Amino acid sequence: MKWGMVIDLQKCTGCGECAAACKLENNVAIVEAKESEMGRTMLWMDMLTIYEGEYPRLRVRQIPRPCMHCDHPPCTKVCPVRATYINEEGIVAQIYPQCIGCRYCMAACPYTVKYFNWYKPEWPPGMDRATNPDVSVRPVGVVEKCTFCVHRLQTAKEQAKFEARDLRESDFQPACADSCPTGAIVFGDLENATHQVNHLAHSPRATKLLEDLGTEPKVIYLKEVD
Amino acid sequence: MEHAPAKPHPDAALLRPIENPGRSFYYIVGALLVIISYTGFVYFRQLWFGLGVTGMAQPVTWGFYIINFVFFIGISHAGTLISAILRLSKAEWRRPITRMAEVITAIVLAIGGLHPIIDLGRPDRMLHLFYNGRLQSPLLWDVASITAYFTASTIYLYIPMIPDIAILRDRGVKPRWLYEFLSWGWQGTEKQHKVLDRAMNILMIMVIPIAVSVHTIISYIFAMTVQPGWHSTIFGPYFVVGAIFSGIAAILVLMIVFRKVFRLEGYLKHIHFNYLSILLLIMSIIWFYFTFSEYLTGFYGHEPNEMRVFWYKFSGDFAPYFWAMIALNFALPVAILCNRKTRTIPGILIASISVIIGMWLERLIIVVPSLANPRLPYPTGIYIPSHTEWMMFIGGISVFILGYMIFARFFPVISIWEIEEGRQESAKIVTERINSYMPDPEPSAAGE
Repeated sequence: MKWGMVIDLQKCTGCGECAAACKLENNVAIVEAKESEMGRTMLWMDMLTIYEGEYPRLRVRQIPRPCMHCDHPPCTKVCPVRATYINEEGIVAQIYPQCIGCRYCMAACPYTVKYFNWYKPEWPPGMDRATNPDVSVRPVGVVEKCTFCVHRLQTAKEQAKFEARDLRESDFQPACADSCPTGAIVFGDLENATHQVNHLAHSPRATKLLEDLGTEPKVIYLKEVD
Repeated sequence: MEHAPAKPHPDAALLRPIENPGRSFYYIVGALLVIISYTGFVYFRQLWFGLGVTGMAQPVTWGFYIINFVFFIGISHAGTLISAILRLSKAEWRRPITRMAEVITAIVLAIGGLHPIIDLGRPDRMLHLFYNGRLQSPLLWDVASITAYFTASTIYLYIPMIPDIAILRDRGVKPRWLYEFLSWGWQGTEKQHKVLDRAMNILMIMVIPIAVSVHTIISYIFAMTVQPGWHSTIFGPYFVVGAIFSGIAAILVLMIVFRKVFRLEGYLKHIHFNYLSILLLIMSIIWFYFTFSEYLTGFYGHEPNEMRVFWYKFSGDFAPYFWAMIALNFALPVAILCNRKTRTIPGILIASISVIIGMWLERLIIVVPSLANPRLPYPTGIYIPSHTEWMMFIGGISVFILGYMIFARFFPVISIWEIEEGRQESAKIVTERINSYMPDPEPSAAGE
């Protein structure tokens, strides 16, 4: 089993719904405006702005960017305390109570997908009482990032076990894929031939970010065809 | 203090700061303690609120603390490495310099070694490094090598100090218990000298590879990642060269200060400055060679991400720092030190201070630009260190000055017994050694 994600840029409108859904789903802290200006905004699912060409052929695109969940993650290699590791299902996970906050993984990640809790995470009044109970709220001073909504996987597995059946493709979808209005984000098991992602990952349009680094990302983008 | 010293010690000048520290000592210590306690307060605030009080953010997640870590550990290479090399190569002019150099190492290493801990988001979990440590991480290599270096260099500082501590004990300098305890019953017997010599020989050989490993491994923290500007094979030797380079500059500055303050003109002569500054000159040229190779290969390969970091340094936001670094590390010291007319003590002081600043800039230029230019198109913020980070830097320097002053208050900064040994034996030993270099007399045919 190897969880992976396919993002179809042909379908993606760059609306940013996935980024918002992720933020709420995973209790990602909402920093103050001043902090945000400094570059401390936390977005497990971020939108990359890509400029192509020049006027009059200028194109601006927003593309979703989760953690790539590399098969050869540069971040887990450098962690001095095994606070980040790749599990047997291919998810690059974080252990918050283990992290010492050295930020070496952040420096080593070529995709810059990791975020640090510069202060104790905070939410606007009211929202602080509406956090998702399935996801731990991080303490100050630790690194966090996209987990492919591993808590949902946990729930789905337990449900499947309870119903004495195998995990179905539709059982486990991360918040971003769930929320995408155009169905551009597809999630599933890359090794299972019946899953949609397996099929899409072999599309001729399939490409990966910074593929030449040999990190083997498990997030696959489908190029646009115009 | 001694009641009516029987005869003035031949090296009374070296004992004066210990026996009569003077009032200004306490004023300076007081001032430093004020700065240090304020730094302590600032650190406590950081502990309380989190690393948010620094200027670090996304994507520049390492700032002053890591820069100063590399910088301070670099300075620490002054000491032990240089003194070990000078001892090993039997350079007779080393005698008044080695102790001063070794003290720099011990103090700066302690300060530098604390920096990664200051930089941690969760210093309370520091012990995870020991019971959950992953030896695959370069940070763990660092923990190991810095600990080894600190242990070796403090022992290497202490062992040659024993006979001097015994001198202080015999003169009844207060606090007696301190010298009594630290002199370990040194009587100066032949056997004790033999053991001391052997211990020093073992340590000085051991300490050289350890010192080289320390800065190599610090460079590995950067070089082991795949980030542009960091992922370089020459980083190990480049860092070691830079470390020795900044270390020599630091020794020179300290020698000039001590010469002035303690009136040690008789010990630290022009010849010592001349020799060390020529070493500084050579290191400056070697440093430039490494810098040149590093950037030329990056430029020639023309990999787009590498080039972004390259231009960020050469003509972008970091250009003022980059060119200042070239000027301070290469142009200025070489111009001053090449010419015998400017290789005077004020000239050497200017060159050394310029190198220390230049090497700090080098660390800045290595750490920040690679982080500030991520591969993917993110908005790149500019890193502006906060008041907290500046204070921790100033505090670090204050701890160094204080540590050095306290050392100099209780122990001689120039090895008295080694000077004495030099007076008595070195002329003979050197003559013998030189004679041994000479070609043997023509073998007589009869000997065949």
